[in-house]
Amino acid sequence: MHKFLIHKGGDHVGVATSDIGVGEKVVGVYMDDDSTVEVEALGDVPLGHKIAVEGCEAWGDVTEYGSRIGRATQDFRRGDYVHTHNLKSARW
Amino acid sequence: MDLYGYRRENGRVGVRNHVIVLPVDDISNAACEAVASHIKGTLALPHSYGRLQYGEDLALHFRTMIGTGANPNVAAVVVIGIEENWTQKIAAGIAETGKPVAAFSIEGHGDLETVRRASWKAREFVQWASEKRREPVALEDLVVSIKCGESDTTTGLASCPTVGVAVDRLVEEGATVFFGETSELTGGEHLIAERMATQELREEFQRVYDDYVGLIETQSEDLLGSQPTQGNIAGGLSTIEEKALGNIEKTGTKEVIGVLRPAEAPGNGPGVYFMDSSSAAAEHVTLMGAGGAVLHMFPTGQGNVIGNPILPVIKVSGNPNTVRTMGEHIDVDVSGLLSREITLQEAGDLMMESLARTANGRVTSAEALGHREFTMTKLYRSA
Repeated sequence: MHKFLIHKGGDHVGVATSDIGVGEKVVGVYMDDDSTVEVEALGDVPLGHKIAVEGCEAWGDVTEYGSRIGRATQDFRRGDYVHTHNLKSARW
Repeated sequence: MDLYGYRRENGRVGVRNHVIVLPVDDISNAACEAVASHIKGTLALPHSYGRLQYGEDLALHFRTMIGTGANPNVAAVVVIGIEENWTQKIAAGIAETGKPVAAFSIEGHGDLETVRRASWKAREFVQWASEKRREPVALEDLVVSIKCGESDTTTGLASCPTVGVAVDRLVEEGATVFFGETSELTGGEHLIAERMATQELREEFQRVYDDYVGLIETQSEDLLGSQPTQGNIAGGLSTIEEKALGNIEKTGTKEVIGVLRPAEAPGNGPGVYFMDSSSAAAEHVTLMGAGGAVLHMFPTGQGNVIGNPILPVIKVSGNPNTVRTMGEHIDVDVSGLLSREITLQEAGDLMMESLARTANGRVTSAEALGHREFTMTKLYRSA
């Protein structure tokens, strides 16, 4: 059973559809082609929050929906919890 | 599903049959509420403004008042204002639809005499309206508005794409759909610009968007702390761009054939229109109703509870926690999209079924709970 969904191939992040605990190996489904990916969670990710499927360097563009949703404010790795502590709007 | 609505004197179709008592200004609220408490089956729409406004702000006030009275969900209107002139102006604007309208001004009469006279008229209107019958109508007769609220990442995954499917189906059937939330398109505004039917509309949209965001920037450095909201962030949304991309999912895929001012009625035939509007839920739905929308589809993640006095607001949520903890507010549960137990097309079927049943008279959760948020948009301070 999947525990997160990714909007598009190439997105940095997926969205947890159940609470994910640190250390858990979880399956995600790409919504554009139904392919799956397995990621080991490096942090707790509550339902509705984001888990990285691709790492990103600080100040790099972070994508979801195939579009930029902001910039990383610090490096994050595959499996990391991604939210306001490491991601900021590129607009304001 | 067969649809049944109220066809009004001007041919437009409503899905409710309200007799409203409409205050022109804040100080006429008391008289309107007194009439509505005497005459059962009428509905007062108290609000906070209508005095010493000027320029575009005053024009918007009149457009909202007249548009609300003209809405096909309204059978008849009693208008009450402090002064004769503006009261008559609003009543005359509503009367162009051909529906029964009566105007009463308080100055020179006082509240009690005004309430007495207006109550007689309200009684006549409510008895007349009670004999109106629904008749067969079609999806192409409907004007439907959309806006999401208390968004989270589940709105982008589930409830907004569900509404997007419904919007595409409605437009294919010849219906009209309004969307707006100007500042909440930030980060995805280029996606909307690309969908404008003509270059002129694209330029008009960009001008309206730049004006709105420009105003925000003159008042504050940014919208941090307000966009995304604390509720959005608690739900997992991190940035305005992420919120906007989820929000835009609900607009479907069709081209956009008009850019409307706030509360403006569409003039380019059936299809999808963008209306310049605040992203605050009650203001937004009030403007859409004034523009002529008779039903509203409202995706929510963390659980917005908004309703409107004249438009049924249908709540759709894909967040299983919200469906469980705030179930009394949710009309359509699409949490099966997160668990992949239902497909997006099946979710669209659920949405369309709820829309049709609501149009036919089924009371929404917001109506049952008495949510009647009527909130005027004010562009700047009064003189």
